[in-house]
Amino acid sequence: MTSYSAGPQIDRLIQLLGKLPGLVPRSARRAALALLKRKADLLEPLSAALTEAGRAIKTCAVCGNLDTADPCTLCQDPRREQGMICVVEEVGDLWAIERAGIFRGRYHVLGGSLSALDGRGPDSLSIGKLVGRAASGGIAEVVLALNATVDGQATAHYVAERMHELNVPVTRLAHGLPVGGELGYLDDGTLNAAFKARRPA
Amino acid sequence: MEWQDNALILSVRPFQETGVILELMSRLHGRHLGLVRGGVGRALRGVLQPGNGVMASWRARLADQLGSFQVELTEERASDFLHSPLLLAGLQSAACVLSGALPEREAHEPAYLGLTALLDAARVTRESDWAGLYVMWEMGLLSELGFGLDLSRCTVTGAMDDLTHVSPRTGRAVSRAAAAPYAEKLLRLPAFLLGRQAGEITPGDIRDGLMLTGHFLERHVLWPHEKPLPPVRARLAELAAAGPAPGAESR
Repeated sequence: MTSYSAGPQIDRLIQLLGKLPGLVPRSARRAALALLKRKADLLEPLSAALTEAGRAIKTCAVCGNLDTADPCTLCQDPRREQGMICVVEEVGDLWAIERAGIFRGRYHVLGGSLSALDGRGPDSLSIGKLVGRAASGGIAEVVLALNATVDGQATAHYVAERMHELNVPVTRLAHGLPVGGELGYLDDGTLNAAFKARRPA
Repeated sequence: MEWQDNALILSVRPFQETGVILELMSRLHGRHLGLVRGGVGRALRGVLQPGNGVMASWRARLADQLGSFQVELTEERASDFLHSPLLLAGLQSAACVLSGALPEREAHEPAYLGLTALLDAARVTRESDWAGLYVMWEMGLLSELGFGLDLSRCTVTGAMDDLTHVSPRTGRAVSRAAAAPYAEKLLRLPAFLLGRQAGEITPGDIRDGLMLTGHFLERHVLWPHEKPLPPVRARLAELAAAGPAPGAESR
């Protein structure tokens, strides 16, 4: 018995939607159906937005951010501190920091972390580009905002080493108690890191 | 099929959206892989870091399936390593070497106990001494796999003192006098591997030790499987040779 198919276009739509994070074939079918039911106010605008995004969005040649302009808006913004570079693994991390509005410098997106077991070395990340930026001068501080994981910190140590060679000051984000965190509920690793990073009160 | 065992986490690879393929070194079931559902979630992300000790429950319908793990943290270790480039490279190197050297699902309890001891030692030893322990751990791994070095006496003269080199072919020690004509072809044997170190272990000793174990690991263990020594091990050697970093914690 063959399963019911509504036509190659719908199958393809479901198949593509199913590749998005958070969607499995069943939810992709529901999403496809929702789009087709609301053709004028959802499907067509979405299709136009996707086409437009695909055409206009580029990876910034300087920092690796995604933007319609190259260099990106953040790199071009004169109000941002020129001498501060915040190094992040992925564009999603950059968005998180921008959302919080806590950093007013520029960014550098590495595109991942070094991984010993998967054989992902420095050449597969944009570390060379960061070194180039740092070597061009005028950098007062490089902030390493990398994940507190084994791979993330191995990457941080490597980048810090490269920056020390250029005599560029490097800092890294603190590891420890989260805001609103209650000691009784914290995991051992976070507590350990918090104790190691304690400072005079 | 199911079992429950103490284990150390070696590696974690993402699988589909929310799962991970976890590689463990278990005490009685050897190096073992399995799927952890929800492994990228907030609850498990901190637990599933290389070096952490877990109580792992493995379950599969048939013995030769990948199966799935449920893990509970027993000993948090990863955070002891994050602050130091040398310790971190050592942890990654140990995980990669074990992953490459041990066959899957073959019990090697001494390898598990050795790795546990090595990782626990990072809390209480200075970094330079820990690098020495790492070399000893690799020696132990070689002997567990049947390629142990014979450092009891000189293979040429039978002398038991002044052993300074090792034959790259046989893995047997050579004394200073017998080694002199062939010194360039032989591997150097640092005194700390004989337990006869008078002073501190120097970066040069660590470099010689890593060259020694690296040669035999590559030749006997990894090369037959067409695997190279992991690049992170070269980074460990580089960091160890550079000596302690300024401001490195000594505990």
